[in-house]
Amino acid sequence: MTSAVTAIEGVKSPPTPKIISSTLTAARLGRQYFIDLVFLNTTRLFAFLVLALLVAILISLLIGSLPAMRAFGFGFLTSTAWDPVQEKFGALVPIFGTLITSFIALLIGIPVSFGIALFLTELSPTWLKRPIGIAIELLAGIPSIIYGMWGLFVFAPIFADHVQPWLIKYIGPLAIIGPLFSGTPQGIGMLTAGIILAIMVIPFIASVMRDVFELVPTLLKESAYGLGATTWEVVWHVVLPYTKVGVVGGILLGLGRALGETMAVTFVIGNAHQVYTSLFAPGNSIASALANEFTEAVGDLYTAALIELGLLLFLITVIVLALAKLLLLQLAKKEGAQT
Amino acid sequence: MLTVAFGLFWLAWILWTLVNNGLQAIDLTIFMQSTPPPGSNGGLANAIFGSFLMTLIAVLIGTPVGILAGTYLAEYGRGGWLAPATRFINDILLSAPSIVIGLFVYAVYVANVKHFSGWAGACALAIIVIPVVLKTTENMLRLIPNSLREAAAALGTPRWKIITMVTLRASRTGILTGILLAVARISGETAPLLFTSLNNQFWSSNLNSPMANLPVVIFQFAMSPYSDWQRLAWGGALLITLAVLIFNIIGRTLFGQKSPLQ
Amino acid sequence: MDDSTTSAPKIKIHNLSFYYGNYQALKPMAFEIPENRVTAFIGPSGCGKSTLLRTFNRMYELYPNQRATGEIVMDGENILDPRQDLNMLRAKVGMVFQKPTPFPMSIFDNIAFGIKLYESLPRRELEERVEWALRKAALWDEVKAILNQSGTSLSGGQQQRLCIARAIAVKPEVLLLDEPASALDPISTARIEELINELKEDYTIAIVTHNMQQAARVSDYTAYMYLGELIEFGRTDEVFIKPKRKETEDYITGRFG
Repeated sequence: MTSAVTAIEGVKSPPTPKIISSTLTAARLGRQYFIDLVFLNTTRLFAFLVLALLVAILISLLIGSLPAMRAFGFGFLTSTAWDPVQEKFGALVPIFGTLITSFIALLIGIPVSFGIALFLTELSPTWLKRPIGIAIELLAGIPSIIYGMWGLFVFAPIFADHVQPWLIKYIGPLAIIGPLFSGTPQGIGMLTAGIILAIMVIPFIASVMRDVFELVPTLLKESAYGLGATTWEVVWHVVLPYTKVGVVGGILLGLGRALGETMAVTFVIGNAHQVYTSLFAPGNSIASALANEFTEAVGDLYTAALIELGLLLFLITVIVLALAKLLLLQLAKKEGAQT
Repeated sequence: MLTVAFGLFWLAWILWTLVNNGLQAIDLTIFMQSTPPPGSNGGLANAIFGSFLMTLIAVLIGTPVGILAGTYLAEYGRGGWLAPATRFINDILLSAPSIVIGLFVYAVYVANVKHFSGWAGACALAIIVIPVVLKTTENMLRLIPNSLREAAAALGTPRWKIITMVTLRASRTGILTGILLAVARISGETAPLLFTSLNNQFWSSNLNSPMANLPVVIFQFAMSPYSDWQRLAWGGALLITLAVLIFNIIGRTLFGQKSPLQ
Repeated sequence: MDDSTTSAPKIKIHNLSFYYGNYQALKPMAFEIPENRVTAFIGPSGCGKSTLLRTFNRMYELYPNQRATGEIVMDGENILDPRQDLNMLRAKVGMVFQKPTPFPMSIFDNIAFGIKLYESLPRRELEERVEWALRKAALWDEVKAILNQSGTSLSGGQQQRLCIARAIAVKPEVLLLDEPASALDPISTARIEELINELKEDYTIAIVTHNMQQAARVSDYTAYMYLGELIEFGRTDEVFIKPKRKETEDYITGRFG
């Protein structure tokens, strides 16, 4: 112990602490409590503000669409009319277009994303995981307007010249799905919009799926492999059942993106307010109708009808996203309960 | 394997088209001159400036809101209903359709002052920034071990000082990454600007009037039948993609591999 | 151990119990911690020794559902009294944790941070105080050239001494050490033990440790705890050489083999 004492020899005696007077300390304490209170309530206020934002969006859209609601009532939802001159509006065409394009996007996007996620978690050599993961995330980062331009100038012409004629020739004559693939090959239209959307949502769904696949305990997978199961059997009987809630959540998240996507769709959907049976025909989605017509809309009723479309879109996506979130939370809870 | 090739195939094709068409359009004039009428020469200077200005304002408004709200969620939000409710709503806002946010700003701001403006555009973008920054702030603060909070508290540090001087400081790289990701996100956003800042053919720094911005110019020029406008649109598209990628990459390298949003 | 004269009590614990929610982690206990001595708390993990230490600066109040009942009287005041100011209490009762916890700021600011909370010193005096604290913690010679570097850039042992310097810089009266050497290498551990011996001249020290040799080396008084109960409390030499209770003897002999 003496060594330690010598070590501090030569240290000059410390300046005595100056807790100067008790009144000053009390004043300081009071100030600290005041700042503490202010800080807590400021952060709380901003947290509340974010909460209020959603409510504010809902209310403002509701007020904005009141004229249209009064004029058309629930008929708005079932009418296919869209006539700015006579001021008759119905939402069915854009709702239909939104749902169809999103459906096509999921139809293509789900299997592809599933494959990517599977590759990244189960099959890929470790050195490949990172570059592929980054590439997929880059794909997610590209602004949607770029997808739209690319779709319009590059994809659509090639699609019209090479793919659509083939589809019309071979699938067109078929009995039930035939009519979907008939008409003139224009390049743009519902199917094209759906395909572009699929390319856009793949990275979102794939990254959620990868994350939930990684939640599967290694022990569980290894014991299945140990029994001699193939990769495919492990995925089908172990990974998928374990993560199904999360997978559905990821798909819904992708659906939320697809439903609300504006620019990529606007470029290639063709912007026609009619319902055609063929997927090659132009159509409209809620978001692209808004993008194309809103700034040019004359008359309160026209504007109100468009805002009501926006409200519908918002409600649909909020419900889908909330559902996605709840499912993912449920998976997280299950995960938490087991550890 | 096939699916990965499928995904990468699109990425490569899109980037190749973009670089190919964009490089032809990019030269010095694009940064020097304003958007031209069809048939004459011009650049995108006014749109670049407008995008830059609105992005800057959006970040200045959205970041403090996001950080403060995120701080509440992570530091004070134990128990009570406000934190879980806000967290839930924020996740929804994070992927809510951006066009609806444009519509919202139109309804509460543009419709009342009766003209499109740069301020409205910046507000719409700020609303997109908030959830991104909030989410990263909360996630980063949750990574700070409680032992650091205890160590600060053990000195008799008041709560606000623990948060501002210790926990927020310790997570500043992560939060900065969040801000960069938010910038990357809004620099490509088109839909919310359509009804808010609209577009302006001329150089303008007046935030109370319509303001040019890259995404809307790209949209209008690309949809136009004039080939020189389309050429400029490709140039602009390459510019914003590069900007977005650069912000993403800086963010990733700052923080390491995993996105702090997850 | 070099001092066998009795000392006035600094902290009197009376009828103290502690709860995590409905679970009672500390059974009612009473003892006194003498001033300017080192008191060690030993016992198997989960016995409540850390929990007990954390009642002395009410650290548990950071978490909901944790509460203490009874009395802890320091200098005539019950610190468990809800009217007692928490920040003032913690300025008087410093604490060092198991893992080093440098703040994300420079070495100098790490020390100055606590000082600036309750004293407004001129720059010159502040620098003197920082130097004094770093010297006391036997860290000054290693860091005097790099005071502006981040505190997180130091080695584990240095970080822990930085945390001790930070705790004594604010001139507390009591120092709580929660297994301060358990995450360190033997050399760093030895330095910290020397430090404890030297600090007790000015401070009342309470240390939690799972290492009984360490308790025997550094402490004047030892408390043996088991399952939330205080089994035995007394002078360290008595507790280790001829414990009064059978349980204590079992534990100590079992460990010493």
